[in-house]
Amino acid sequence: MANLNVNIAGLSLPNPVMTASGTFGYGIEFSDFVDLSQIGAIIVKGTTLLPREGNDYPRMAETAQGMLNCVGLQNKGVDYFCERIYPELSKYNSRFIVNVSGSSPDDYAECASRIDALDGIPAIELNISCPNVRQGGMAFGVTTEGAASVVREVRKRYHKTLVVKLSPNVTDIADIARAVEGAGADAVSLINTLMGMSIDIEHRRSRLSIGTGGLSGPAVKPVAVRMVWQVARAVKIPVIGLGGIMNAADAIEFFMAGASAIEIGTANFIDPQVTIKVRDGIDKWLDEHGCLSLQEIIGAVR
Amino acid sequence: MNKAVENLVVVENRRLTAHHSLLRLTSSTSLPPMIPGQFVEVLADGSTSTFLRRPISINLFDADNNELWLLVAIVGDGTKAIASKEKGDKLNCIFPLGNGFSIDINPASRVLLVGGGVGVAPLLFLGRRLSEAGVAPSFLLGARTADDILEREMFEQTGKVYITTEDGSAGQRGFVTNHTILADESFDMIYTCGPNPMMKAVASYAYNNKIRCEASLENLMACGLGACLCCVEKTVDGNLCVCKDGPVFDTRKLLWNK
Repeated sequence: MANLNVNIAGLSLPNPVMTASGTFGYGIEFSDFVDLSQIGAIIVKGTTLLPREGNDYPRMAETAQGMLNCVGLQNKGVDYFCERIYPELSKYNSRFIVNVSGSSPDDYAECASRIDALDGIPAIELNISCPNVRQGGMAFGVTTEGAASVVREVRKRYHKTLVVKLSPNVTDIADIARAVEGAGADAVSLINTLMGMSIDIEHRRSRLSIGTGGLSGPAVKPVAVRMVWQVARAVKIPVIGLGGIMNAADAIEFFMAGASAIEIGTANFIDPQVTIKVRDGIDKWLDEHGCLSLQEIIGAVR
Repeated sequence: MNKAVENLVVVENRRLTAHHSLLRLTSSTSLPPMIPGQFVEVLADGSTSTFLRRPISINLFDADNNELWLLVAIVGDGTKAIASKEKGDKLNCIFPLGNGFSIDINPASRVLLVGGGVGVAPLLFLGRRLSEAGVAPSFLLGARTADDILEREMFEQTGKVYITTEDGSAGQRGFVTNHTILADESFDMIYTCGPNPMMKAVASYAYNNKIRCEASLENLMACGLGACLCCVEKTVDGNLCVCKDGPVFDTRKLLWNK
């Protein structure tokens, strides 16, 4: 048994495996399949200040080794989360992180401050990278000024671990990472989905209601590993890696590229028990390679 | 009701048509209770171009023989891989998922089960359950041609069967909503599953005749568990997940008649 503990800017986790926002609901949806307390942390679905209905159906298109989605941050708003969901989550002995989105820096900050008041939520992940809503999300995540402005406002009103989720749909992701580090982020997570499109050639139209969507799954993994590697060399804060992780070997690529922890997203749709399998697989790999701790392989590839 | 992820074993793969396979599956342990209308997320092992599981409705749950039946329409590489499984092969399944049809109804109710294409699949299980509860179900089944009518004998063992085909090669020519049974008899409850245009026409008939109607939807899904929010349908309560809040909906909740 290697030591799998990780500490991300004060956020202490028993293992480095988290679930990616929007792919694991509130965790409760998967409680028949996995013991939620065994997962490093559960990042619950994107939450906004006000309720959002999301985009029209169809919101999903399957592609080669991946899928596109344009859900559009459907959620019942932060008050519903605090009053109705949070008490339910408190029944589980797990670590829940809330993914926060908004349409203005004030929006983000107000939403974050409401989550700050919840004792049982030790961190938030700021989504400045959703490709599926016009305002908010990616609009902020694609410029250094936009990204920094949101993080600065949130930092004023959020006092626990602040993770910022970065968009891959940029010219230089390391620049954005440096900007959010400078604005007060405690850690960065990457990558959010890659903007893509798929066309139904018989009907001569997009397979998605809003035309474009975010690509996830194994198809994006090499891009994600490369970006994690670039960012890990550019910032001093911890990097959380995600993008197409299906198994422990995939996760170890991310650690070697410089990630301190990882998130599993689309793979949850294929195997609802994948998180635990990846955790066990990382442990086994470390044992087999004579590593006493996960820390020994983080950033192994310079 | 607890959901499970399990490798079920193929007892038999019966080719019903060139494009349909009936997979009889079993387990080494006792299968959990299941309700008609619920579905299974099946891993398409060996599919070359697909990635996600395929949601397939429960055709029959035979508790006595510990069997779960899936009627698979081969529409792409995913369903082709699933339908190619042979006796003894394993099929990784997450089940039972979603909410089923309302089966707790007055035994004197006159019920009509309207299915089109592979949409007839859950209606066999439903018809059996209704029949066990003392309700005499009638089936109205639509297909393109006589050769495309699925499990006709099984339906005939369960209740009265009325058929329409688009080419008139069996039953009455036309769509299910053209069948004279709808004008000749009256019903208290209609259950439907099939292509969306068919279900919308059936729901509209039910609405106009003040008949309660439940429809089983098959929007594109990713997770099947209510996590990804991809399969939503617009309802009077906002966007609801077909996988978790459905797949069966009272059609008055859907925005089809608006």
